[in-house]
Amino acid sequence: MTAPTAPLLSVQDLSVVFPARRGKGPVQAVDKVSFDIRSGETLGLVGESGSGKTTTGRAILQLQPVSGGSVQLLGRELTTLPRGELRQMRRHMQFVLQNPYSSLNPRMSVGATLTEPLRVHRSVPEAQMPQRVAELLTYVGLDPDVVRRYPHEFSGGQRQRIVIARALAVNPDFVVCDEPVSALDVRTQAQIVALLRSLQERLGLSYLFIAHDLAMVRHVAHRVAVMFGGQIVELGTAQQVFESPAHPYTRTLLDAVPVPDPALQRERLALAPSELDFHAHRDSGETCRFGEHHASTGTRHWHRIGPGHGVSCRFWPPEPQR
Amino acid sequence: MAHAEPLLQVRGLGARFTREGVTSRVVKGISFDIAPGEAVGFVGESGCGKSVTARAILRLAPEGSSLQLDGAIHYRGQDLLQLPEAQMRDIRGRRIAMVFQDPMSSLNPVMSVGAQIDDMVRRHTGASAQAARKRTVDLLRLVGIRDPARRVDDYPHQFSGGMRQRVMIAMAVSCEPDLLIADEPTTALDVTVQAQILRLLMRLRRELGMALMLITHDFGVIAGMVERVYVMLDGEIVESGPVDTLFAAPRHAYTRALLDAVPRLDSATRPA
Repeated sequence: MTAPTAPLLSVQDLSVVFPARRGKGPVQAVDKVSFDIRSGETLGLVGESGSGKTTTGRAILQLQPVSGGSVQLLGRELTTLPRGELRQMRRHMQFVLQNPYSSLNPRMSVGATLTEPLRVHRSVPEAQMPQRVAELLTYVGLDPDVVRRYPHEFSGGQRQRIVIARALAVNPDFVVCDEPVSALDVRTQAQIVALLRSLQERLGLSYLFIAHDLAMVRHVAHRVAVMFGGQIVELGTAQQVFESPAHPYTRTLLDAVPVPDPALQRERLALAPSELDFHAHRDSGETCRFGEHHASTGTRHWHRIGPGHGVSCRFWPPEPQR
Repeated sequence: MAHAEPLLQVRGLGARFTREGVTSRVVKGISFDIAPGEAVGFVGESGCGKSVTARAILRLAPEGSSLQLDGAIHYRGQDLLQLPEAQMRDIRGRRIAMVFQDPMSSLNPVMSVGAQIDDMVRRHTGASAQAARKRTVDLLRLVGIRDPARRVDDYPHQFSGGMRQRVMIAMAVSCEPDLLIADEPTTALDVTVQAQILRLLMRLRRELGMALMLITHDFGVIAGMVERVYVMLDGEIVESGPVDTLFAAPRHAYTRALLDAVPRLDSATRPA
């Protein structure tokens, strides 16, 4: 299972602190996050709003100042890279955002939208640009004849296809997809996800797929990381995380997903906690539930529970009194 | 469902929408019933007319547009479409109430949530300021706000998204309406909060004996909440039926296509 080659992306102890402002102390938005993504692999990053998943994606792309840790793409450390070299590395990493309405310039035709990154990164000679633009549109299932049209002439799903084509223009190796389908109707979501998968197979892309929709992530991701409070609380293969979730927060998230089966969903709703407050669970600083005393050993709050499956000992609710 | 007298009986409802001089027909002569205490779901994709149908019942035009309605909406022996606006105001919020997707845009940011609920209670019941405040605190407790006597003076921004939706629901049920219309009430919320709000709606429905019209694009949300479902496409109802039957054996190709597109939590993952 483990390839001998180095991962395409390696994130180690990545941290982001938002500085204090207006009477509020500094906020640790991302707290020592670590994971690898192999070539051609999708890592799903799930969590609820405020968990730090979007900030993690932005920090990896160096769109967000990093306060600590390391991000290596294709073996190069991005966090310390001079600006000029970082600009060159940008052609290897792209992103697709949630809202296809605001991420396209309404005054730019499809052709201009797709030509711009080609020019910026000088990836193809001027004369070959129309050909490359046509190729990109074909990749994402659009008719190359649409080059002269403007974003408002397209549906949400078609716009997201244009956004994906723009991300692919420079031949990236790695794409951060941040809630790429959550603004779309369910049938369109399925189509865009199928497109992302087929592009991955065809072009060998790696994705960090950030989403709150766990059922969608199950269909997209090879491996899944669950974030809570700026930390990864569980990481494993999609099968491990969905079929044998170990962290109570992962289980809570999975239990809350509505399922399109009336009898089952009525049961699930009846069992849903009327309130949950994971923030209340403070770590005691004593021996953790896996029997380690991290304060004295200095080890990470991370425990391997299976091949490639790890779980954090933080944010567990107190054990029931006996 | 053998209910003698429907609470709401909609016949041939049509809605045209005028915005910036352009008129479009968004609801095309639909008919449906809601029985007293019944929970009914309306499901469809964006632009299918489900939200306009909900607003039509209260004769509320979406912002920046005007709404022309035809057909009939019978409610307790009267046709809401024929009612003078003054009487309609009496129905709105008192007999039929509505909660929307985005609680922040429906709350006044510079007024404490207590003052907003007080207003609502006083307008509809004529209660004294003191009695209204007592009712407001009771309502906040009813919707699961902890320590309501203290939170009542807080402002909307001091509440989380889920708590704001609870506040909106408190306002909506303040007059114990016969029918609560909830238009994508949990779409903007996190999945764990969504489950809590759905549970709250179920509990209130039971405790207050009100009917629920739930509008959503999410088949998972619909599945556990309602007894009957109407599927809308392009301003028309293309299929309706008891929720279990409709999910188990959808008859219309469109319903089947929508159900097939829903990602399942229990289906196979990609091998790592």
